[in-house]
Amino acid sequence: MIREMLSSTPVMLGLTVGVYLLAVWMRTRSKIMLLNPMLISVPVIVAFLLLFDIPAQHYIQCNSMISFMLGPSVVALGLTMYEQRNTIREYLLPILSAVVVGSTVGVASVYLLCRWFRLDEVFLLALEPKSVTVPIAMEVAKGIGGNTAITAISVALCGIFGGIFGPLILKLLHIKNPIAVGAAMGSASHGIGTARAIELGALEGAVSGLCIALMGVATAVLVPLFNTVIVAPHL
Amino acid sequence: MEVIIGFGIIMAFLAAGECLSVFMGHFVPGSVVGMMLLFIALTTKVIKPHRIEKVAHFLTGNMTIFFIPAVMGIIDLWGVIKMSWLGWLGVIVLSTVCVMAATGYTVGGMSALQHRREKKGGRR
Repeated sequence: MIREMLSSTPVMLGLTVGVYLLAVWMRTRSKIMLLNPMLISVPVIVAFLLLFDIPAQHYIQCNSMISFMLGPSVVALGLTMYEQRNTIREYLLPILSAVVVGSTVGVASVYLLCRWFRLDEVFLLALEPKSVTVPIAMEVAKGIGGNTAITAISVALCGIFGGIFGPLILKLLHIKNPIAVGAAMGSASHGIGTARAIELGALEGAVSGLCIALMGVATAVLVPLFNTVIVAPHL
Repeated sequence: MEVIIGFGIIMAFLAAGECLSVFMGHFVPGSVVGMMLLFIALTTKVIKPHRIEKVAHFLTGNMTIFFIPAVMGIIDLWGVIKMSWLGWLGVIVLSTVCVMAATGYTVGGMSALQHRREKKGGRR
């Protein structure tokens, strides 16, 4: 009976919102930026689901309302882009070249690293489109015969990793230019990177959001091409 | 009312983007097409920014929560991942650092080049 109560849709939705609010509150309270809301929320929800033996698919289904909001929030980035239209016009050339270089490095590094670590081709095909936002990455993976579930999680992990450590890595690499920071965050860590970039500043957020879209287009073209020419003959 | 109008406009652009995406054979996801359409509509002054500001800022400012449910799929895949999780995580981390460095340095280099050219007065 308790399990039935706990696995009802309002409770599942409330779990997401409640844990997220708690995570945001914890970060605001402690003032530690490294306490990413994602990093705190995910283990708490995983623990809750395992503890009460609630299937992950049930939780995901109950929360489809929240997941659906990803679409409108990507559309809303159009306004963020518009608000930075002058900067984007001014730096269009650096940003476009970054996207071309970034998507190429993204695909090539995955290929070389998978070889180096002797990973199964399942991982290679699923990881190739990882430098894009989740929905694009999954479509691209499907096209080249990759496992879309692994792709989705890899992209989420890239986002979490970049969202948490991105600003630190960029500081270590001496990348300070807000446009470079935004481009790096959006290109490498998509939505979560952009969420973090928006926290760093409006300009960083705008460039980051712009890069998600441009990386999506670049990778959607590049991955199938790279896969047919370089990867497929060696499998 | 302001919120409903704002959300309605954004949903309309999402719907239009989704339709165009189907037309293009799902080459680019609908939300990304919708984002481009919204940007164009704002630039050409078809949509006034103040109409959607409230809703759009709420959506972009809280993007993280919209990702959380999808990430929970990790529970079901644990069996597959357990076997080569270290290499898998290694590829994710190293490749992400590679992409960050590549894009960051490219932008830095290109804007330095652009500044130098503008200083010389040699604008194209």
